[in-house]
Amino acid sequence: MARILIPTPLRQFVEKLDTVEADGATVGEVLAALTTRFPNLKKQLYNDEGKLRSFVNVYLNDDDIRYLQKDATSVAATDTLSIVPSIAGGLI
Amino acid sequence: MSSNEVTLSKDEILRYSRHLIMPEVGMEGQLKLKKASVLLVGTGGLGAPLALYLTAAGIGRIGLVDFDVVDYTNLQRQVIHGTKDVGKPKIDSAIESMQDINPFVKIDRHETALSSENALEILNDYDYVVDGTDNFPTRYLVNDACVLLGKPNVYGSIFRFEGQSTIFAYPGGPCYRCLYPEPPPPGLVPSCAEGGVLGILPGIIGLVQATETVKLILGIGQPLVGRLMLYDALGMKFRELKLRRDPECPMCGDHPTITKLIDYQQFCGIPQKHEEAAPVNEISAVELKAKLDRGDKFTLIDVREPHEFQICRIPGSTLIPLGELPNRLGELDPSAAYVMHCKMGGRSAKAVDLLKQSGFKNVINMAGGITAWSDTVDPSVPKY
Repeated sequence: MARILIPTPLRQFVEKLDTVEADGATVGEVLAALTTRFPNLKKQLYNDEGKLRSFVNVYLNDDDIRYLQKDATSVAATDTLSIVPSIAGGLI
Repeated sequence: MSSNEVTLSKDEILRYSRHLIMPEVGMEGQLKLKKASVLLVGTGGLGAPLALYLTAAGIGRIGLVDFDVVDYTNLQRQVIHGTKDVGKPKIDSAIESMQDINPFVKIDRHETALSSENALEILNDYDYVVDGTDNFPTRYLVNDACVLLGKPNVYGSIFRFEGQSTIFAYPGGPCYRCLYPEPPPPGLVPSCAEGGVLGILPGIIGLVQATETVKLILGIGQPLVGRLMLYDALGMKFRELKLRRDPECPMCGDHPTITKLIDYQQFCGIPQKHEEAAPVNEISAVELKAKLDRGDKFTLIDVREPHEFQICRIPGSTLIPLGELPNRLGELDPSAAYVMHCKMGGRSAKAVDLLKQSGFKNVINMAGGITAWSDTVDPSVPKY
């Protein structure tokens, strides 16, 4: 089970959890397991074409999956995935 | 003034003594600070600690860009402004505090909204740019202008208990578009319901930005380039992620396709005023009051969060937070009449859409939310 760190803005879609564990051999599989368990999260992470949205980045440990093998990047049980969305800051 | 003419007066030597006695800064470093110029975009949550500390540190010239006015709700975090400053332009209030801290610093006033028309001219006059803004259009504007001008952009942003910081547009390093090619469309990111910020958080992130700015000027340490620092106040954790320059980046890549500033409102999907459709199915707070007084048959639904309901409420309203609405439709009658309200009118408009899509016929939105109710119907209801 890989560990997924959920950022504050998305915690409302995962029952307010800050960390979720999910199974999968690749980043794509782990995220699929995550969004199957929390269907409302799916629209936040993926666009209508099923692609990861361009203001949401996913990191395997400290590396951006866009520079690894994207969704096909292998994940070990000891790995941590971080979802890091764009935040504008200051006042909301 | 040529660089060898810049010196420190006796008063300045005493003022900066704790810098001067450190070999990493010393007289040489303090003169670098004095010769440097920094532009702070925004004097809000991030800009406040930035301006205070960079002024105290002895930066030679600091430019401020802000056109806002100090509001009561700013004081919880924007520590450069005081209670006496409410209603004053932020830029005046900030300059007053800065001059009191360090009269040796020259302060430039840019009381304007940064735009595609003025950004290049304003930024060009500074060595470093610090982004303390609060919205996506201005962040992309600052990024693009910094890349075009080759000025490092010290970035920070905050949300509730979390912050991010890094340096963009440093020679050879990534830019904001390498990190996030596009902004979220309006409405998809959490709205005011999930907004808010711990008042101390911008202090931490703003001072990370201030530290990085001073390090860049002094040329010491490892700059926060190619690394995205994440801060989580609740876990009290700093983490770091790798950030790369994207060779395909339309702004700073090998073959840039954006070579001038663009329309950032449009880029961020923010509708222009004239494109807004006339609101239908909407009533004002005053009209709602009249409906209640007449005894019209309808149910008033408040779609804010429970913690907001605790702050204030309109008598007779029923709380169903927007996020729970899809699962609680069974509690409502599709043939009955409903008026929806929230804090400002945005979330309740979404609730109206949701109910209409679910077959409800008689649903209207109260424009302006409980804030408008406080302004126009019952001033005893607190605003927040």
